[in-house]
Amino acid sequence: MADDEAVAAAAEDPPVASSRSVDLAVSVLILGLAILLGWDSWRIGAGWASDGPQAGYFPFYLSVLMGAASLYGIAATLRARHAEAGAFVTRAQFERVMKVFVPTLVYCLLIQYLGLYVASFLLIAGFMWWVGGIAAWKSLLTSLVFTVVMFVTFEIAFNVIMPKGPLEAAFGF
Amino acid sequence: MEALGLLIHGFQVLLTFKTLALMMVGLVLGIFVGVLPGLGGPNGVAILLPLTFTMDPTTAIVMLSCIYWGALFGGAITSILFNIPGEAWSVATTFDGYPMAQQGRAAEALTAAFTSSFIGSLTAVLLITFVAPGVASFALRFGPPEFFAVYFLTFCSFVGLGKEERHKIVISMALGLLLAGVGMDTVSGQLRMTFGWSELLRGINFLVAVIGLFGISEILLTMEERLALRGHVARINLRVVLQTWRTLPRYWMTLLRSAAIGCWLGVTPGGAIAASFMGYNLAKRLDKDKESFGRGRIEGVFAPETAAHAAGTSALLPMLALGIPGSGTAAILLGGLMVWGLNPGPLLFVEHKSFVWGTIASMYLGNVVGLVLVLSTVPIFASVLRVPFAAIAPMIVVSCAIGAYAIQNAMFDIWLMLIFGVVGYVFKKLGYPLAPLTLALVLGNRAEDAFRLAMIGAEGDLRVFWANPLVGTIMSLALLLLFWPAIASLTERLRALAGLRTT
Repeated sequence: MADDEAVAAAAEDPPVASSRSVDLAVSVLILGLAILLGWDSWRIGAGWASDGPQAGYFPFYLSVLMGAASLYGIAATLRARHAEAGAFVTRAQFERVMKVFVPTLVYCLLIQYLGLYVASFLLIAGFMWWVGGIAAWKSLLTSLVFTVVMFVTFEIAFNVIMPKGPLEAAFGF
Repeated sequence: MEALGLLIHGFQVLLTFKTLALMMVGLVLGIFVGVLPGLGGPNGVAILLPLTFTMDPTTAIVMLSCIYWGALFGGAITSILFNIPGEAWSVATTFDGYPMAQQGRAAEALTAAFTSSFIGSLTAVLLITFVAPGVASFALRFGPPEFFAVYFLTFCSFVGLGKEERHKIVISMALGLLLAGVGMDTVSGQLRMTFGWSELLRGINFLVAVIGLFGISEILLTMEERLALRGHVARINLRVVLQTWRTLPRYWMTLLRSAAIGCWLGVTPGGAIAASFMGYNLAKRLDKDKESFGRGRIEGVFAPETAAHAAGTSALLPMLALGIPGSGTAAILLGGLMVWGLNPGPLLFVEHKSFVWGTIASMYLGNVVGLVLVLSTVPIFASVLRVPFAAIAPMIVVSCAIGAYAIQNAMFDIWLMLIFGVVGYVFKKLGYPLAPLTLALVLGNRAEDAFRLAMIGAEGDLRVFWANPLVGTIMSLALLLLFWPAIASLTERLRALAGLRTT
């Protein structure tokens, strides 16, 4: 049953990227990171001082190790040319992932201006209503209750301070 | 029996109204987190960690470990009723648990799962009670070279025994170690890998990374898979429970074997998943009727659950006694120890007796209370799964953000969490293991410090790692594990050659 579904899904759901190309891209990125970090560690000294290894010693050799492993990964991916190229993510999947990633990104931006609690209220209500297709009043009510419970739990009961915005300031917090 | 006296002291620490109340809260939150799709032990503990920042360490770890027990119990509910493993180590439970639910034996399967989890954990807690103090007092003799050797052993066992592609394990681990090194170097005071960016001065906090790697990335993955929840209804009544318990003695061999496998594998890092599969496979292989496995055999629930929970619990042994976590969740608890101002390591047993024994006592009590709680509340928690994911997903995102921010009161950490979420998503899809990264992040600085202190003590002579039998044995064992795959394939080839010659 699951196989049939997969086949049917594959027919109308083209891949956005193949696993192979993403694997390759990630390996190259890691190689780049390894070179960057290795260079920085070399800059501050990756050798031995009179009292043991310098500050850059550990990170430098780890960068070398990571770079070597990523080179191996690149080579292995390129060599396996004839292996079946599975989809890393199909278009429908990618759209669904974006449906949660984009709101999360906007949420993180909003925290800086509105404070965490107001942004959370907007995220939950908006997500339930827009993505989940849940009735507006249910979304708003659920979101309000959850946000208030969070506020009482963290801000008042456990004294864990969160970033706050204009609304909280109006109430004197 | 010094341990027994200390354990009783531990129970005394525990038996205050506030601690017991927080224990119940922890268990309920934990079951809740375990039942939710896309969340499990490590995520739950990481997200709820900020709740404990203002508590004293003992209360904090009691609550956190109860969240962990609760999550372990909760994972079994989804595996059996919905065929969705809450954790990687619950996968083996679905093989026979879900078929049992399909046959209308859900209550029996759930009782079996909870009971065997309880037996597994209890075995491991007994092990911790009587072995951990000995290990800790032995480790008091450790100097920097010995500690480095033990860390090295931990890392090598990941590379040598891991199931993923070898270079991906190495990358994941090296990345974790490198990220742990970002910020101020503790030995020389120099800044490393900050590129003049002041936000990086603080370093990359391990818990922020964990919340992103596990919490956010799970949401992305769950969204991608679009879980269709088609669950079975379960109502557990006392009669079924007692009936299932009455059959328990018949399976004593399965239970005992799985508990032993679990305890053994749990002490080595990343063992719980391997333990559950090994427990299941051994039960299957040693059974006369192999064919009936996978179609709803109760042993198919007993075996993996006992092993997984024995492993999950005994992973706390090296964490308490040596300061080396045996699993992802243990690593997060270790991160918690540091936040609460405790220094993990063998000295804990000497300097913080109340803390250590309170923790161990809470493992006993938490498991007993958890078993009763979960048996009586299954219908409520199973209905949690009928709450639409569109409502749960943003709430989890909010909890993650709160958790990430609370650790250092830094907005930058929320962004970092998001980045780690994407990294975790991509890594999981490409088969990069996350456990070595987590472990490397939490142990990186300590491993490096131990190495450098050893070097300073020995004036840069690498032979210090083979200077005495103890450190030499650990180092050699580490190298053996590191090259284990190569050694195994070599011996296999030799054996094949020998086989050719004799025939």
